[in-house]
Amino acid sequence: MTAPALQTTRQCPYAPPEEHTRIRDTDSGISRVTLPSGQVAWALSRLEHIRAMLTDPRFSSDRRDPNFPRFTREQPSFDIMRRSIIQMDPPEHGPARKAVVGEFTVRRMAGLRPRIQEIVDEHIDAMLAGPRPADLVQALSLPVPSLVICEQLGVPYHDHDFFQVRSSALLSRATTAEGRRQAVTELCDYLKDLIAKKAAEPTDDLLGRQLAQGNDPEDVLSLAFLLLIAGHETTANMISLGVVTLLERPEELAALRADPARTLPAIEELLRVYTIAEFANSRVAVEDVEIGGVTIRAGDPVLAMSNAANHDPAAFDDADEIKLDRGARNHVAFGFGIHQCLGQNLARMELQIVFDTLLRRIPGLRLATPADKLSYKDDVLIYGIHEVPVTWEDPA
Amino acid sequence: MTAIVADVGRCVGAGQCVLTDPDAFDQSEEDGTVIVLQDSPSDDEALKRAQVAVDICPSRALSLTQ
Repeated sequence: MTAPALQTTRQCPYAPPEEHTRIRDTDSGISRVTLPSGQVAWALSRLEHIRAMLTDPRFSSDRRDPNFPRFTREQPSFDIMRRSIIQMDPPEHGPARKAVVGEFTVRRMAGLRPRIQEIVDEHIDAMLAGPRPADLVQALSLPVPSLVICEQLGVPYHDHDFFQVRSSALLSRATTAEGRRQAVTELCDYLKDLIAKKAAEPTDDLLGRQLAQGNDPEDVLSLAFLLLIAGHETTANMISLGVVTLLERPEELAALRADPARTLPAIEELLRVYTIAEFANSRVAVEDVEIGGVTIRAGDPVLAMSNAANHDPAAFDDADEIKLDRGARNHVAFGFGIHQCLGQNLARMELQIVFDTLLRRIPGLRLATPADKLSYKDDVLIYGIHEVPVTWEDPA
Repeated sequence: MTAIVADVGRCVGAGQCVLTDPDAFDQSEEDGTVIVLQDSPSDDEALKRAQVAVDICPSRALSLTQ
């Protein structure tokens, strides 16, 4: 069977690729697409269908299933590490997630606030002391989430460059199969060594506590790998995209600066319109399932086009407009179902502190390159911006 | 009277209910699962927040009963 290739290039940074919108507006909202792997997958595009799929146990997250949707031509090798929680189905998944989710509760995240504020202030100090224009990505977007996740896990920060390079390689579609294997192997070797040290000399950090709870070091390794990759680039890209969006909207920016209670709703809207991990919600059917009048057969790969769903007019009024006070939280930017992002409350808090602090401390911040001339990441799995030159006026 | 019912077995500790209404919901320190602090919404505003919490709960662990 032939099906058109999945399109991944966005014509507008805060809109889904036009092809996804076209599929969403067909009668069923469901179509067949050919993935970069050559697999033919069902593509879901409506919020209702995607939420139904992600809460239905007849769809599996097991990436070892050869029919699981892939963005790489080669089958990834799975012998290097045990499965992490995002690859598990019930009943294995529940206990494994519960063993770590206590580290990410809303209250635990609130406890991190003073330290995250300190990290953000230090990086803004350094940026203000440096030359103009500065690249916001290198000055703030990348180092803040990187430092936060490294401290939380108990990874020495002087190794964060090591992680940066390898996680970027893993997320880039341009990386060769060999490059990908090498990055995984090097990250894995590093983490194995770190976990062995923590097993010998217990430390009071996430990885140390996982070991102290009696979790198998092999499982802690898979968890560490997942959290480091997930915690590096995602929040960084949302910081960059969010700051650009705010700087392009001076009136709304002024409203945010005047009332910090507006920041969290604005973050939800930014998460919705950018949907940076738009292809993260893939599954494989393990039984025949009917969705929207279409029968998906057992063994069929299924891809959620989450960005199209987050712009679904059936779910959001004026769905294509950015309304920073919309306050809608029914989007699937962090996924949905039992695998919904473990770090979402950490991400929200980091974004809130970064936006509030930037607006307060650098009221004269502006883009040094117009938003439409920036280099957006159409070549990687997680959407974002490569570089954001910013400058600022000295306070009067 | 409307009551908030939580299925702790289904809960995956995403904390979306706590973000929606910290007066009505909390999470276990140990495994992050939901703790209902107010068994029924005290007024219309609280009811609206409870409806949002039910709608956005990713594991469908919350429901409202009459």
